[in-house]
Amino acid sequence: MSFKIVVLAKQVPDTANVTQDAMKEDGTVNRAALPVIFNPEDLHALEMALRVKDKIKDSEVILLTMGPVRANEIIREALFHGADKGYLLTDRRFAGSDTLATSYALSMAIKKLWPVNLIFTGRQAIDGDTAQVGPQTAEKLGIPQITYAEELIDVDTSSITIKRRLDRGIEIIKSTLPCLITVNHSSPRCRFRNAKLVMKYKKATSMSELQDRNEDYYDLFESKPYLKIDEWGVEDINADIKWLGLSGSPTKVKKIENVVFKAKENLVLADNDNDIDKLMKTLINSHIIG
Amino acid sequence: MNSIFVYCELTEEKNIADVSLELCSKGRKLANQLNVPLEAIVIGDVDENIARQVSPYGVDVIHFAKDNRLFPYQTLPHAAIVIELLKNEQPQIVIYGATPIGRDLAPRVASALRCGLTADCTELAIGSHIEPKSQKEYKNLLLQIRPAFGGNIIATIINPETRPQMATVREGVMKKEIISNSYNSKISKIDTEKILKPEHFILQTIERHVEPQKINIKNANIIVSGGYGMGSKENFQLLYELANILGAEVGASRAAVDAGFAEPERQIGQTGVTVRPKLYIACGISGAVQHRAGMAESSTIISINTDPKAPINEIADYVIIGDVNSVIPKMIKFYKQNVK
Ligand SMILES: Cc1cc2nc3c(=O)[nH]c(=O)nc-3n(C[C@H](O)[C@H](O)[C@H](O)COP(=O)(O)OP(=O)(O)OC[C@H]3O[C@@H](n4cnc5c(N)ncnc54)[C@H](O)[C@@H]3O)c2cc1C
Ligand SMILES: Nc1ncnc2c1ncn2[C@@H]1O[C@H](COP(=O)(O)O)[C@@H](O)[C@H]1O
Repeated sequence: MSFKIVVLAKQVPDTANVTQDAMKEDGTVNRAALPVIFNPEDLHALEMALRVKDKIKDSEVILLTMGPVRANEIIREALFHGADKGYLLTDRRFAGSDTLATSYALSMAIKKLWPVNLIFTGRQAIDGDTAQVGPQTAEKLGIPQITYAEELIDVDTSSITIKRRLDRGIEIIKSTLPCLITVNHSSPRCRFRNAKLVMKYKKATSMSELQDRNEDYYDLFESKPYLKIDEWGVEDINADIKWLGLSGSPTKVKKIENVVFKAKENLVLADNDNDIDKLMKTLINSHIIG
Repeated sequence: MNSIFVYCELTEEKNIADVSLELCSKGRKLANQLNVPLEAIVIGDVDENIARQVSPYGVDVIHFAKDNRLFPYQTLPHAAIVIELLKNEQPQIVIYGATPIGRDLAPRVASALRCGLTADCTELAIGSHIEPKSQKEYKNLLLQIRPAFGGNIIATIINPETRPQMATVREGVMKKEIISNSYNSKISKIDTEKILKPEHFILQTIERHVEPQKINIKNANIIVSGGYGMGSKENFQLLYELANILGAEVGASRAAVDAGFAEPERQIGQTGVTVRPKLYIACGISGAVQHRAGMAESSTIISINTDPKAPINEIADYVIIGDVNSVIPKMIKFYKQNVK
């Protein structure tokens, strides 16, 4: 197909619902105890990509994710919503990558898929809240970036126009292609799963998932190639291990602490005239107010 | 010795942004500790006197790029200038505001220089580190301290091997401190013609509406803050009334902002502003870690909540168990009665 749209998405622990059980004694997070989800803003990125696909004939949406084999779950999810194809970057040597090493691996995978016309990412992933992987991937590919995209205004085969959300306003920017766009949570939510696509892709799977389940899908992939989720390792994307994993990551975690706020000794008051009158007098007399 | 750099951004009114001045103040302290110069980068279409707004905060050298194509901010030309400058100057530390501009620019620069970058730091310090495996000791590293995992943990991040060490810091986290109004900064002009190429300007701005900053709760002495428990935008009026008589600003939790009760500029917490007022009155706020991260250092905290077990109460000095709609009018009434 002629027009390629890549969506970068990550499977993340659901940090909005971290319970006490998920915190280990030493203050680190027990990732295994957390449910994993499709990074919320990446679903917005998928939606914007699908809207481009709706507008451009002969275009395809490819989901690319780097993570453990389990991350195939988000590839299947993307297929249910309308993506055409998924690639999983998985290799032990990717483990421990910071945003710089992650963007290197993703950019090498995108180069393998080249020519690519558009790349969409979420603004940030909720496990780190760094918002770095998008711009870093754009830099590595030598293409422009538009961050905080809120609305797709227009797109054709040679340019895209995007409305960006800033702290106190908006900007409408037009870029030539290829271009990388990071998508904000203020953009439209992802469309619903499509029942037909769920039926079609329910069994989409990768080689290592099959091996884990001890199944032989050779015949299946032969007859229904669209069910195959491709897995790529370091060699498949021609990456240099020097720039990957822990050794390719300039940032190191020195220390992690559990957040503990010291409980103060406090004065508990009731909602009556007497208590509130007294409180206001105390605050005035100690010159905190007045 | 290798310097510390601060990337300074311009406001809509073309002044140096507050967050950049705050970072110059922090940069000055780090520079004193390391005994190195503090240098600033100012890029825009402004005059030299605007660039000099950073001087009183103790900046030794201002790298200044003036070009009418450089305002408003655009990624590619600003990144090209910063990357070129950092390659030549080789600073050991570079800090940026964790603003839409800083968070757009810094990762692009970090990727080009293949250096580390830590987003949204809440504290920066100088310290040493011993690598557990090799027992190798690293001295005078930048300790980049930030909340992680949705605010549930605080992580200290370092870049032992690569330079520069880079970080972004949110507005209001560092304090602005004038060293001397006559501090002498040297201006070093950047030749933009040599750096900028036509391909840096392939993005076209078709439309742009950015409001000047009107609300600034960061420097308020007293903050009356409302949460989801306020119930509605109309009920927020009660907070404005109380704030008005106390000479206070109105703040909000993210749940209140998301519900449309208050403007995003009023949000306090990990993804909003950090405040340390003399008095913080939390009205109908539960006190999630992400909210407390932005206000726990207030001198006095009052919590008004129907739930005696709300986590905010743990860090409050005064806890009023009750409905905001009944408690706040009483506070207004008795304040007026008691103050002469
Ligand atoms: C990555 C991340 C970043 C975040 N950043 C921030 C941030 O910067 N700032 C922030 O604030 N939050 C932030 N949050 C959200 C945070 O986790 C909480 O969801 C939010 O702070 C809750 O707001 P709230 O206390 O107003 O609402 P709720 O948790 O719904 O609490 C409402 C409170 O009001 C009380 N109440 C109800 N009715 C009344 C009444 N009539 N009178 C008195 N009391 C009443 C209730 O008892 C309750 O305690 C973040 C979350 C994540 C995951
Ligand atoms: N491991 C990954 N695989 C695919 N995309 C990723 C990965 N990590 C980050 N991204 C993309 O980059 C965005 C920003 O991530 P971050 O810089 O971690 O906040 C995310 O919203 C994703 O779109």
